[in-house]
Amino acid sequence: MNHLESYLILSALLFSLGLYTVITRKNGVAILMGIELILNAANINFVAFSKFVTHQVEGHLMAIFIIMLAAAEAAVALAIILNLYNDQGNINVDEADALKR
Amino acid sequence: MPMVNLSLIILVLPLISFLFQIFFGKRLEHKKGEWISIALVLTTLLLAIIMFAQMLFDYQPDFRQEASINWVNLGQFQIEMGVLVDNITIIMLVVVALISSLVHLYSVEYMKNDVRYSRYFGFLGIFTFSMYGITIANNLFMIYCFWELVGLSSYLLIGHWWEKKSAADAGKKAFIVNRIGDIGMFMGMMVVATVAGTFNYQVLFERIASGAWAAGVQGLFGGVDPNTLLTWAGVLIFMGAIGKSAQFPLHVWLPDAMEGPTPVSALIHAATMVAAGVYLTVRIFPLLTPDAMAFVALIGGFTAFFAATIAITQNDLKKVLAYSTVSQLGYMIMALGTGAYVAGFFHLVTHAMFKALLFLASGSVIHMMHHSLTKLNDHHTDAQDMRNMGGLRSKMPITYAVFFIASLSISGIPLFSGFLSKDAILAGTWSYAAHIHDGWLAQAHLGWILPFFGFGAALITAFYMFRLIFMTFHGEPKRKDIFAKMHESPKLMTIPLMVLGALSTFIFFTLPSFNPLGGKSWFQTLVKQPETVVPMGAFDSEGFAHGLHLAHYPAMYTSLIVAGVGIGLAVLIYILKEIDPAKMAQRLGILYRGSLNKWYMDEIYLNGIIRPFLKGCDAIAYFDMEIYDHYVIDGVGRRVKALATGTGIADDLVVDGAVNLVGIIFQWLGWTFKFVQTGKIQNYLIYVLIGVLMVYLINVF
Repeated sequence: MNHLESYLILSALLFSLGLYTVITRKNGVAILMGIELILNAANINFVAFSKFVTHQVEGHLMAIFIIMLAAAEAAVALAIILNLYNDQGNINVDEADALKR
Repeated sequence: MPMVNLSLIILVLPLISFLFQIFFGKRLEHKKGEWISIALVLTTLLLAIIMFAQMLFDYQPDFRQEASINWVNLGQFQIEMGVLVDNITIIMLVVVALISSLVHLYSVEYMKNDVRYSRYFGFLGIFTFSMYGITIANNLFMIYCFWELVGLSSYLLIGHWWEKKSAADAGKKAFIVNRIGDIGMFMGMMVVATVAGTFNYQVLFERIASGAWAAGVQGLFGGVDPNTLLTWAGVLIFMGAIGKSAQFPLHVWLPDAMEGPTPVSALIHAATMVAAGVYLTVRIFPLLTPDAMAFVALIGGFTAFFAATIAITQNDLKKVLAYSTVSQLGYMIMALGTGAYVAGFFHLVTHAMFKALLFLASGSVIHMMHHSLTKLNDHHTDAQDMRNMGGLRSKMPITYAVFFIASLSISGIPLFSGFLSKDAILAGTWSYAAHIHDGWLAQAHLGWILPFFGFGAALITAFYMFRLIFMTFHGEPKRKDIFAKMHESPKLMTIPLMVLGALSTFIFFTLPSFNPLGGKSWFQTLVKQPETVVPMGAFDSEGFAHGLHLAHYPAMYTSLIVAGVGIGLAVLIYILKEIDPAKMAQRLGILYRGSLNKWYMDEIYLNGIIRPFLKGCDAIAYFDMEIYDHYVIDGVGRRVKALATGTGIADDLVVDGAVNLVGIIFQWLGWTFKFVQTGKIQNYLIYVLIGVLMVYLINVF
């Protein structure tokens, strides 16, 4: 398990699962979880490339930034979902089409 | 203060009177506003008299002041507004101011029950203003402006009682007939302006005298003789005088103008405005060539005689005086034409006095006739018809006295002003006939026709004036009922009469000499005949003056004899009744009828000019409406309409079709693509995924 490819395969699996979740789920929180999966897939890539290709720490730093960014994003997204719930009684994103109607 | 400034003040004051009466006249209590106008016009009289006194004090025959500003600047050609004050101007100003003041005073009484009382005084104001303007103008253009203004005020005042159709028509007639003369005057001015490049009298005369005129003609027209063109210029400008001074053949408007109020007839149509033509001829006198002068003299002489023959048979008091005015104006014009410049202008002044007097006195009679007719509740009898009068001498002594004085004056009896001027004119015609050999009239050996016209008119004048007096004031009253109610006019009317009566005597015109037959008077000293400026073949002034000296006594005796014969005839017919006028009229037959109908001049104009003209208008209108409009204008219209319909169809189908097609395409595109944009982010992600996969697949294969 000391090869770059195995990390990239893991990362690709995580990304695909995340994308599938984002596309198929109606539940806002589930979509948010899908986005977290995608971000973490990116993190694994950063760290893997940093370790096996450049032998430097920028990739690690970038991963920490992304974790922090994901936390902030989760806070904003959860606030939006809470308001969505207040507005329409559930958190189904496909029903949030007031601008279209 | 310089005379020029005084004359400008005189000019402006009546204009203020006009503006005041027009804008504020109606707001004032009735019979209050006119005193402001009267005060203004009396002020102008006072100023004119100051100028006159100054002139007598200086006693300068060559006195002359001129001031002007550039009004229109057209490069080399400039039109000025300017004032020229010389002795002639001052004398004319006094005449106009005096008659105007007296007429203002007289009108207070005469017009007291008029509905448009304040407007009447306003119009008198603008008339006086324009007349002053003519008097003080120093160039032809300015005189033309004021010339038209007097025409306008004359029109307004003739039509003062426009409810009467005849008055409205008379106003129009006066205006239109005057236009005919004015067109000639304007053409003359244009000739002068084109060749000499100036309107100013003095500059113009200098340019003619110095040869600049001849050079100008040479440069502009090549082979034209400068003297011939000068003759034409003089004759054309004189056409203005023919219109305004009612000379044959444009005299027809003046008798009709008597439809206006009588004081207006006295002011405008007897004393001042009609004399403006004479004044214009006086002003342009130096540029008249012998040929032009012969034309002027013949027009004047013929008018003097012709109008007098009409006056004999008229029964309307004012009509007789109107034809008499035409005749006397003819005298003045004839005098200027024969070279008797001083005599012509002298007659203008004396005539202004005694003719204004005659009109105002006849106004007094007519006013009282109206009065008694109103009291009798008679609205059909003509208050101006002499056949309804007679014997008024006892009822209206003052009017009778002044009327008699004026009649003696106009007939040329010694001791009265008319004798002095008329005698000078007749001597002038005599001298012209005997001693002048220039001009086409003398070359055709027709010179003696002028004394014939002059003395003939003098005879007839004496006759018709005394016929007028005898029919009006002497004999038995023809209508006892009217006669019983007659009385003398009020003071406001008789005082102007007496002033003018005094001014019709010789004494005011012969000073410092007391000789009633004339002599070296102030007038003859201060009014000096200007040197002619015609370069070649000029009028023989010296020969004329010599002839005038020789002709003085024969002309005087002859004129006394003819005046005596005229008065004697009137006495024989109307006092002694030795000759029955009706029988005489029958014996004279065609002559009598011709005179009674004014030699059919109006009918000749109606049938000879107006009707053919209207027929021509109708024919042209027919051509215009039926042929030109129908075939050309409407024809083009129809073609264009058909063409436009075709273009319209093409436009609808092709141009609009293309535009609509573009619209339809994009409408369809939008309709199609609106299903792609769902607004759901998950759909968009699928599209992105598909896109990424496609890019991947393209890269791999």
